[in-house]
Amino acid sequence: MTAASIDRKECLGLLARASLAKLKALWPNDPPQFEWLRRPETGAMMVQGRAGATGAAFNLGEVTVTRASVRLGCGTLGHALVQGRDPDKAARAALFDALLQTADAARVQAQVIAPLRAAEEEAHAVQARRAAATKVDFFTMVRGEG
Amino acid sequence: MYVAVKGGARAIENAHRWLADARRGDRDLPDLDVAQIREQLALAVDRVMAEGSLYDPDLAALALKQARGDAIEAVFLIRTFRTTLPRFGASLPIRTDAMQITRRISATYKDVPGGQVLGPTFDYTHRLLDFTLSDAKPVPAAAEAAAPAGPVPHILSHLGAEGLIQPEPAEPADVPDLTRAPLAVPAARPLRLQALTRGDEGFLLSLAYSTQRGYGRNHAFVGELRIGYVRVAAYLPKLGFEIEFADILVTECESVNQFQGSRTQPAQFTRGYGLVFGQSERQAISMALVDRALRARELGEETGTASAQDEEFVLSHCDNIQSSGFLEHIKLPHYVDFQAELELIRKPRRDAYAGQEAAE
Repeated sequence: MTAASIDRKECLGLLARASLAKLKALWPNDPPQFEWLRRPETGAMMVQGRAGATGAAFNLGEVTVTRASVRLGCGTLGHALVQGRDPDKAARAALFDALLQTADAARVQAQVIAPLRAAEEEAHAVQARRAAATKVDFFTMVRGEG
Repeated sequence: MYVAVKGGARAIENAHRWLADARRGDRDLPDLDVAQIREQLALAVDRVMAEGSLYDPDLAALALKQARGDAIEAVFLIRTFRTTLPRFGASLPIRTDAMQITRRISATYKDVPGGQVLGPTFDYTHRLLDFTLSDAKPVPAAAEAAAPAGPVPHILSHLGAEGLIQPEPAEPADVPDLTRAPLAVPAARPLRLQALTRGDEGFLLSLAYSTQRGYGRNHAFVGELRIGYVRVAAYLPKLGFEIEFADILVTECESVNQFQGSRTQPAQFTRGYGLVFGQSERQAISMALVDRALRARELGEETGTASAQDEEFVLSHCDNIQSSGFLEHIKLPHYVDFQAELELIRKPRRDAYAGQEAAE
């Protein structure tokens, strides 16, 4: 796997898990010229687990997803598979994916991807701190004298 | 027997109109927002997602609103919607060892790496009604403390490292899918786990409780119960790599059960496994106990007396949509069936009276 594809893979994940409201707030700009390779389509992915966390795979249930593919005026392709049923979110994610492979990449990285990553890290950190506050400190009762 | 009958269209239409009216309730009160249900009745939403077998909190909240809070009716709506969705593919198995923990406890060890993390639990509450909840008042944010970084290892992995518990090797195999092929028994464990995770919570709870009371004895410890968010990843062939496209809340329970050993094999604990969408620990613990009970035959235990060990019994009856569908169909018109029954009971009675009169 090349370094570039690792980066793209992380970007696609961050876009997939973000809310549409967040994407809109980070990038209020008009979309670039594009055409649909695949219009947003909502469906399901089957989520698998493993027996005993490490054993045989089994089907846990499905999660709603939406996918879309776009082609920018310059010919660059963008793809998205995002959580949830929002066609706008899938379209925006696919456009960002395409833009990230053009001269606009640095701008999208700074304006969208970096804030998404920071927000996700902060959400995780808050949850970890909340969990830590409910961690049990055991102490042994000292037997009273007399 | 079913025959086509006509009529009742107006009655049905008005019944549904009344249903909508009753669902709305007192118009002087604000209409319930779907986002409010998602946020403030989150455990009901989680149950609908688990048994509806579709992870989408907004949809589950909408289903609960439409169903007037009837959980099984909401599950029915979700199951129906699910069938309209094209299946794009399957994820890679989720990594619960990498879970972002909100709760993680063990009943087998006091001191475990990562510690006992209670999370937002009902445990240790006094179960006394809190009348102050009747009035809207500001609620302080959850407390925070310095947190160690990184994922928390599974507790059973420590037992596994010592060889004290049966391993769960990941053997590559086709994953059976209950939603694609009808259930056939005997079912492989992956198929059983799929049926259990979407099974009715009440049914699984009762079965699990029955094993604790001695029906198919397999005394269980909760080795670990963990709740938190996991990433869902899938390989995208078009791109040639995998992406983590979703973040979902799940509950996992690993049980440690009575050990087995023989002359050739040293004694080892056995295990049961529960994994459920959402924060649903009653369902996850029940699933682990029933999973373990259903493994009785493969583990060479005595079977035949306990329902929880009977695969056909458990798997055929754990789905609440299947059971309520069949149960409730008997309220629909059976006029012709019943006429036949009436005829069957009247004829012998007529014959009996005729016989009596003849004798007199």
